[in-house]
Amino acid sequence: MSGEDGAGDAPAENDGTQFDRLPATADERVVEGRPTRAEVLEWWDERFGIPPATFDGHTFWERGSGKVWAFADDVASPVAVEGLGLAFLRTRREHWKPTLEAVQRFGDAADDCVIHLSRDEAAAFVAGDDQQLDWDGDWGYLIVTTDVAGEPEPVGVGLYVHGELRSQVPKGRRREL
Amino acid sequence: MDVLERYEPLVDDFDAFRAACERPLPSVVRVNTLKTTVERASDALAEADIAHEPVGWHDGLFALPDDQPGTNWPYVLGWIHGQEEVSAVPAEVLDPRPGERVWDACAAPGSKTTQLAALMEDRGLLVATDNNLGRISALRSNAERAGVTNVAVTHEDARNHSLKPFRAPDSDEGEEGAPYDRALVDVPCSCEGTIRKNPDALDDWELDHVEGISGVQKGVLRRAVQTTREGGTVVYSTCTFAPEENEAVLDHALAEESCELVEFDLPLDSAPGITEWQGERFDESVRKARRIYPHHNDTGGFFCAKLEVTAE
Repeated sequence: MSGEDGAGDAPAENDGTQFDRLPATADERVVEGRPTRAEVLEWWDERFGIPPATFDGHTFWERGSGKVWAFADDVASPVAVEGLGLAFLRTRREHWKPTLEAVQRFGDAADDCVIHLSRDEAAAFVAGDDQQLDWDGDWGYLIVTTDVAGEPEPVGVGLYVHGELRSQVPKGRRREL
Repeated sequence: MDVLERYEPLVDDFDAFRAACERPLPSVVRVNTLKTTVERASDALAEADIAHEPVGWHDGLFALPDDQPGTNWPYVLGWIHGQEEVSAVPAEVLDPRPGERVWDACAAPGSKTTQLAALMEDRGLLVATDNNLGRISALRSNAERAGVTNVAVTHEDARNHSLKPFRAPDSDEGEEGAPYDRALVDVPCSCEGTIRKNPDALDDWELDHVEGISGVQKGVLRRAVQTTREGGTVVYSTCTFAPEENEAVLDHALAEESCELVEFDLPLDSAPGITEWQGERFDESVRKARRIYPHHNDTGGFFCAKLEVTAE
């Protein structure tokens, strides 16, 4: 237990039933493996070019193993509630993965690792289909966009490997358009 | 439709009321302004060949005369949310502002929660409570699809709602969070007003149920008044015509808690709350509540009241 380093009453191990605010930096980290706010901001910036200032109004929280949430307010940590803001990033794996909801909400600000699809390709993506597509950028998780009402809109997350864009749209969000 | 006959003494044109209750309603969608603008949502509906017509009193509501919302681009992007037209009233009456603390006491499945978040421009604290985990799952799903980040979801009986989870970041354990600026009390009810969307709504109607649920409604409204600051606003709403669930609940809160009813503007035709029902008299001020009948504006039925919390 520690209350001396900015992590409040957070236990030394991750408790998956409650929301714990992410430490600001590695110096303030108490729970092993927990991402820091600085790392989260850096990741969105480095991967997608989303400026850290995009998240100035948000606090970040972990619940479950590596599931990071963005919350537009702040409260004392930890907090035992059913939801706190928007689930927006999965960490604690080799590659961090953004959620569809985070990409739809914040992906407008991205200028890197964004793959733009035609309307038919985007429909296949939303239906959950994997597709052979050309892409000369980094492999890994990409933000998928398509034109809606005349402008590109972020639709969701795809995983690009070996010439293939794999739809990461969760089953409950898939639709035949 | 026998249930509705009990309201014949209340309704100005009972034949028109009955006729309206038997007509189906078109689907209506509300534009989610957290993710797009009304203009772009309208363009996206047009692009998808979905006929849509403004409802008149609210810029962000479109009736879909030919379609059910569901499988189209604006829905997948979280730009629109299916919501019965008249159910958009209470959040507008509550009128929450960005940065405030707001409680949605009976929140699932989240139509009004996402509307409140949009009115708050996703800033401040919006606490959304429900006592059923299955419905909370739907609430969370709808809030996420709408891209809401200022909502905290709690699983509890609203009558025992605790402010402890929402204490300030630097406060001591055991302290409570600050009281709310506003609370929406859109209670579970006998749903008589939804007959046009759901013709089976009244099949299981029983007076015992109305009287039982009225006790729950009183408890939730009292807790909302207790957890809202002096000068703060509480909106009470139902989708039923039953005075036992409407004026009688307000009368109880006025007697037991520090609050008063206030007048409010409503951009729809309505009738005042009633002060007498089956031999029982209510506080005269319940006239300030509004009864929205299906034949008034060609909508579902609704009841809405605005209260201000006063000094003890």
